[in-house]
Formats: sequence, C-alpha cells, structure tokens
Amino acid sequence: MFTYSIQRLAIAVPVLLLLAALTFFLLRLAPGGPFDGDVVWPPEVQANILKKYELDQPVHIQFTHWLGDVVRGDLRESFQYLGRPVREIISDALPASLFLGSMALLLACASGITLGAVAAWKQNTWIDHTAMFVAISGISLPTYLVATVLILIFSLWLDWFPPALWDEPGSAVLPIITLAWRPLAMIARLTRTMMIETFSADYVRTAYSKGMSESAVVFKHVLKNSLIPVITLLGPITASLVTGSFLVEIVFQVPGIGKHFVQAVINRDYPLVMGVTLVYGVVLILCNLAVDLIYAWVDPRIRLKG
Amino acid sequence: MPAWKRFKKNKLAVVSLVFLCLISMMAVFAPVITTYSYDEQNIEQRLETPSRQYWMGTDMLGRDLYSRVLYGARMSIAVGVCTALFSLVVGTLLGALAGYRGGWTDHLVMRGVDLFYIFPSLLFAIILMMFLGRGFVGIILALGATAWVTQARLVRAQVLQARELAYVEAARAMGVRSIPIIFRHILPNLWGPIIVSLTMQIPSNIMAESFLSFIGLGLQPPFSSWGTLANEGFRAMRSYPHLIIFPGTILFVTMLAFNYLGDGLRDVLDPHNREGVIS
Repeated sequence: MFTYSIQRLAIAVPVLLLLAALTFFLLRLAPGGPFDGDVVWPPEVQANILKKYELDQPVHIQFTHWLGDVVRGDLRESFQYLGRPVREIISDALPASLFLGSMALLLACASGITLGAVAAWKQNTWIDHTAMFVAISGISLPTYLVATVLILIFSLWLDWFPPALWDEPGSAVLPIITLAWRPLAMIARLTRTMMIETFSADYVRTAYSKGMSESAVVFKHVLKNSLIPVITLLGPITASLVTGSFLVEIVFQVPGIGKHFVQAVINRDYPLVMGVTLVYGVVLILCNLAVDLIYAWVDPRIRLKG
Repeated sequence: MPAWKRFKKNKLAVVSLVFLCLISMMAVFAPVITTYSYDEQNIEQRLETPSRQYWMGTDMLGRDLYSRVLYGARMSIAVGVCTALFSLVVGTLLGALAGYRGGWTDHLVMRGVDLFYIFPSLLFAIILMMFLGRGFVGIILALGATAWVTQARLVRAQVLQARELAYVEAARAMGVRSIPIIFRHILPNLWGPIIVSLTMQIPSNIMAESFLSFIGLGLQPPFSSWGTLANEGFRAMRSYPHLIIFPGTILFVTMLAFNYLGDGLRDVLDPHNREGVIS
C-alpha cells in the first residue's frame, strides 16, 4: 500500500503539470488582459507594466519562468490586490473553505447514509417515498436555489441565521447545509440502492435464519456491506464540493478561495487563478488517493498493486 | 414485456415525459404564446407583482417575466440538448474507438478521461468561457469539453464487453474492418444505455449552464436563460421574491422531470446500470 501511494503521488506530478499548463495557456490566450481597465495608459507606461509582469514575453517562456518560481515556492504577487503575494491570499482564505467543505462532507455522509438506510429498510412505505423525494430534489435543485430557499425561510422569514457574512458561529450553518445538500442526495440514493441489493444476499438470509434480530441484521450485515460502494462516491463528491463552494462562497459572502477563484478569472488575475487551480489540484488528488486507500482498507478483496 | 409497456407502468416517468414535451413546445413556440417580447422594456411598470396583464409580474426593467421565463426555457433547454448531443457524438466516438482498438488509443483517451474526471468540470468551464466568449456556442463548447468524458467511459465499458461477443467475432471472422464493426454491429446494440445517459446528461448541462450564468459568466444580457433569471431574481429576493420564485420553480420542476424520466428509462433500458444512480 505504501508503494502504491508513492506511485500514485508520482503520477500526480505530471497530471498537475498538465493541469497547470492547460490553465496557463488558456488564460493567456483568452481575449482581454489584466490591465485592460477603463484607464488608457500612455504606451510607455503600458509597456513598462507588461514588462514588470513579464507579459510581453512569449507565452511558453512566461510559463517556464512561472513554473520555476512555483518550484521555489513562490506563487508570485496578485495583479488584483497589488503587492499581496498569492501564497498569503490563499493561506488566509483556505481555512474558511476547508472548514466549510469538511463540515459539509460530514453532514452529507451522516445524513445521507441515515436517509438512504431508513429508506431501504422501510422500502416502499411513505418513509421511503419521502426520503427519496428529498434525495431527488437534492439532485434537481441547483445549489443557488437551495441557498435561496434556505435564506428566504431561515433568515428573512424565521430570522434564525444571518443571510450572509462570516462573523459569528451561526453564519456557517446555512452555507454548510447548502453545500451538503447535493452530496447528501447522491449518498442517500446510492446507499438505498446498495442496501436493497444487499438485503437479498445469501448471508443476510443466513443471518435471519440464525434468529438474529432485524436491527442486528440491518446494522451488522446489511449496512456495513452496503457502505463499501458508497466510499467510491467520495471522489465525485469532493469535486462537487469544490464547485459548490464557488457558489456558496459568493452567495453567502464567505471569505474562501472559491470566491477568489471566480473573481480572479473575471479580473484576469493570472497568478491568483494559477495558485488557486494548483491548490484545488493538490486537494483533489489527495482526496482521490485517500478514497482509494480507504476503499482497499475496508474491502480486503481489493488489492492495490504497486 | 416490451420496453414501452414497462415504461408506461411508471406513472411518474410518463408524467415527466409529458411535462417535458409540454415545456419544450412552449419554449419552441414562445414568440407565439407570449404577448411581450423578452427584451421589451416598460419603465413605468417595473417590478410589478403577478397580475392579469403580467402573469408572473415584471422585472426591474419592466420586462414581462412570463416571456423571459419562456425565452429562458428556450436557451436553457437548447444548451442542455446541444451539449448533450455534442458530448454524445464526441464521447461515443472516442469511447468506442478506445474500447475497440485498445492499445495506445485506449491509453490516450482514458488518460484524458482521468484528467477531466478528477477535476471539477466547472473549473474548466469557467476558464474556457473566458476563452470562447459568452455566447451560445461558447457555452456549449465550454460544457461539452468536459461532458464527453462520462459518455466515453460508458461507451468504452460497453464496447469492451461487446467486443468479445459471438456476433462481433463472427463479423471479424468474415473480414469486416474495425470501423464498420463499431458502427454497424456494436453501437446499434448499445442504444439503450446511450439513450439513458443522454437523458441524464441534459439536466446536468442545464444545471451547469445556469450555474455559469448565475455567477455571471454565462449568457450576456438581454438574453435570458433560467440561470440569468435566477441571478437577477436572487439579487432582488428580499423585496421582490416573485423574481426568483417563478424561474426557480420551473427550473426545479424541469430538473425533477428529467431525473424521474432518466430513472424510469434506466429501469427499462439499462437495468444493470448503477452509476446512473449517483449522477
């Protein structure tokens, strides 16, 4: 397993490189530049600005220089927040995003599994139908509508939680629920399908015929074995949490990196976009590796070959 | 039992299909069934609540929300369907080639698939939108650039299985070359799973477009899609909730219908597919 992890991390390097190159070239080739504001600079000033940020060089040379800086641990300075290093911006914003993401993941797993398990246990009753309606609505509701509904009900109508900002503990509640909604639905649907399948397995019938109580069968045999495929969902879910966070952070004014990413793309803040893309790349690769390792750990039938 | 009969038993899926046909027709005939144009401004009647004259009220520029929702349906559904078709063609071709040819073709395609599978597709779409511009075609290409991946994975897996079946082997033994085998023998037998994945793709494309529009990277004004309407509605939500409630509800119901239809079709056409459950 150790060799396997090392190998996976080694493959991750070219993947990250490809991602960085793709993003870098697309950004540079896109029309519009970071200093195309309303102010028309005299040509000399314009030339000087471009020279300072190396924007007058061919793109591939810009890329190799940038890559060199990144290897030395320098993500350069942001264009948009003049003088602020990208590394500082990211390390200021990352905690909020990580907190939001991990809380949403926890909430989604806990409630998604419960919802799916209860639905499967009480299959074809009203409980099942309600649970599955909640789940399918989670897949059908775009994140911003979830946010809208939650804000309308809990902030404007009931006045329980603030509709935006990030200054008191209560302000994290609505963003976390919004972000968790979709993954929760995905987990609930898969858990239900897998559990219904497991209920017809031979070892479940054996357990019943041994005289085990229903709850013991459900928890010890069915649930445990059904959750293994659910683990594979964690990969797509991490990806969906990242995209979800763009929106949630914009809507709820959370000072996280998702908000920075969208803003930086719009403002053509090249260094910031590149920095955030790299961070996402690393986080996603690590999460996917973790998912594979957990999968192999809980299911001994799977052998990870180096 | 033939597929259609089994499908008809699923009430929810049938109702969804009828609803989707209805809303598509309304979108196609939007100019005929609306009184006002989507960009006709009437400054004296801004932000009106629903009335007999304006069924869904008016927006902050005095435009008829009912017209904008219908024209928005046009845009959203067109983007959803065109992107799905784009990824259907590209994904099926690449997936079938990778699965049938194997070797380095397979390797190349699958590494591309891996890359897009790990990274959130909207991250790419946001960057691509900058490059392609905020038009109709730009959105389709930006979303299609990653949407083909799901289709390619699906088709490849199916082709890998089909490749070993007797009728393919027979065709090969008769000297039929790879391309005709893929197109005449293998793909026509895969239409079930392909239809299912097409139905599942449309709502996720509509959702992705509305996401881009909502964060301000989608279609440019005065055009409307459900995403741009939701964006405008969200900002005015406190004082004029009707601006988000109408487009939001219709988007939600359409997504729901697509998902129920997809579930129904999957049960009938592709019963062994588990992956569809998560999408």
